[in-house]
Amino acid sequence: MAIVFQKTRGLTDVETHYCPGCTHGIVHRLVGEVLEELGVLDIAIGVAPVGCAVLAYKYFNCDMHEAAHGRAPAVATGIKRVHPENFVFTYQGDGDLASIGTAEIVHAAHRGEKISTIFINNAIYGMTGGQMAPTTLVGQKATTAPYGRDEAHCGKPIRIAEMLATIDGAKFVERVTVTSPAHVRKAKKAIKECFKVQIEGKGFGIVEVLSTCPTNWGLTPTEALKWLEDNMIPYYPLGNFKRPEEVE
Amino acid sequence: MAKVLMKGNEAIGAAAIEAGCRYFFGYPITPQSELPEYMARELPKVGGVFLQAESEIAAINMVYGAAGAGARVMTSSSSPGISLKQEGISYIAGAELPCLIVNIMRGGPGLGSIQPSQTDYFQATRGGGNGDYRVVVLAPANVQELVDLVMEGFDIADQYRNPVMVLGDGMIGQMMEPVELRKPKPRELPPKDWATDGTKGKRKPNIINSLYLAAEELEAHNKRLQEKYRKIMENEVKVESYKIEDADVVIAAYGTTSRIAKTAISQLEKEGYKVGLIRPITLWPYPYDEFDKINDKCKGILTVEMNSGQMVDDVKIAVKGRFPVYFHGRTGGMVPTPNEIIDKVKKIYGGEM
Repeated sequence: MAIVFQKTRGLTDVETHYCPGCTHGIVHRLVGEVLEELGVLDIAIGVAPVGCAVLAYKYFNCDMHEAAHGRAPAVATGIKRVHPENFVFTYQGDGDLASIGTAEIVHAAHRGEKISTIFINNAIYGMTGGQMAPTTLVGQKATTAPYGRDEAHCGKPIRIAEMLATIDGAKFVERVTVTSPAHVRKAKKAIKECFKVQIEGKGFGIVEVLSTCPTNWGLTPTEALKWLEDNMIPYYPLGNFKRPEEVE
Repeated sequence: MAKVLMKGNEAIGAAAIEAGCRYFFGYPITPQSELPEYMARELPKVGGVFLQAESEIAAINMVYGAAGAGARVMTSSSSPGISLKQEGISYIAGAELPCLIVNIMRGGPGLGSIQPSQTDYFQATRGGGNGDYRVVVLAPANVQELVDLVMEGFDIADQYRNPVMVLGDGMIGQMMEPVELRKPKPRELPPKDWATDGTKGKRKPNIINSLYLAAEELEAHNKRLQEKYRKIMENEVKVESYKIEDADVVIAAYGTTSRIAKTAISQLEKEGYKVGLIRPITLWPYPYDEFDKINDKCKGILTVEMNSGQMVDDVKIAVKGRFPVYFHGRTGGMVPTPNEIIDKVKKIYGGEM
């Protein structure tokens, strides 16, 4: 019988802790598949964040570091400078990357650090229980924005992909989502292209993945997918913001 | 190798490279910037990497990454910068990674000054970061000792998989003295089979981590750490003592301050006073037992520091109430003079303190 689908070797057999309907699982699988398909799994060193993906070091089937909150790009820099021939990636959420870790991600990109970043934007702090993120939409409720995010009080959500695309050292920047099979396929393509930028020694790459958090959004998994498409995509447009040939 | 005249900060760099350190991540701050400048110049010549980070926080996290990846790696800073590095130091201690951290102390609190001080004793020896952890703290008193301790510090770090801090005041970083780069006594260093360099498909993934969500697992981890710290306390104490078996007054001082104390002691000896010295070289583990050797007739211990009284707490622990413990300190970049110390010693003799 022909095998049409099987679990990637890029992931371990450990059962993940993610909530039902959360899209972290899909993105983990895509990253694992791409590591395997590009033949870099055995030389890969990943860096997990603080946040929902804090235990990612148990799920990716390669050498892993657990970083302090927001510091994954600095940790990855240290690793990559020691092992320039290895493949080094970070996997970070929006609190980690877009709030406490802005200096680290901006300067890793600015140095053209040859690492790859997967950035999960679900517009909320998931692990700590639904607090406002820098990416929470205006009007969106969070436990620390109980009346909804007020632009006059705390500004508009930050658009990371657009911001990083302005930095010369960032050679690949794309925003994707995983709300449908078509989007999942596009996301995988983007992750693969992003990882190739590192393998080819061209510089820093990031894929921002618009993701759901049914638990903290207070929605069912399918409602959450629709909410993302209706509310997040209009503010966070999907697409490629930068790829190497446009830069050089 | 013949002795060469070197500035303290540059001598640290030369010793580190001689010890096989090839990675330096740092951020500029006075009075230690000659060290990153030296590394920026010299590391590329030996195939190493110097990288100026965007902040001290990033620098120490780069050290965390490089140490986990198996490299001999270091960073340096001065007091406010070391405060920023505490997060990373706690993670490095928790994940049990070897690295060398240099703190060329300046006056505080806050932005303080750029003048020499010893105000980070508490931070260095009590752990400025979160959690039950210890950092080996080495306190050199001259540039030769500085290079010796830098070189041995890397070995101590590797042997115990623990961060080691070299704690110098601004004076030792800036002074020039003749030095010779000498290999430390050979130690048996364990292989870094835990490092992340890619599985190559030949082993299970290595994971660098300080997270243990299950309470029993974290307690077991802490017990392992404490067991390691006990071994370090047993094996790694370094101290210099002078005539404590016979002294009427014993001065306790470390780093540059101990040199001023020595000048005071030789003057006092000429005048017929019997004054001893205990100079801790490791501030953690602290040489508590050395104080047991002080004779029972000693009138008191004078602790001299360039701060408002920090090591004096350890001196009190060490003497266990056997003698009165006095303190003399200068702060803000002011340096104690031999005459100030002589005056205090005479007052202890005369029962005036």
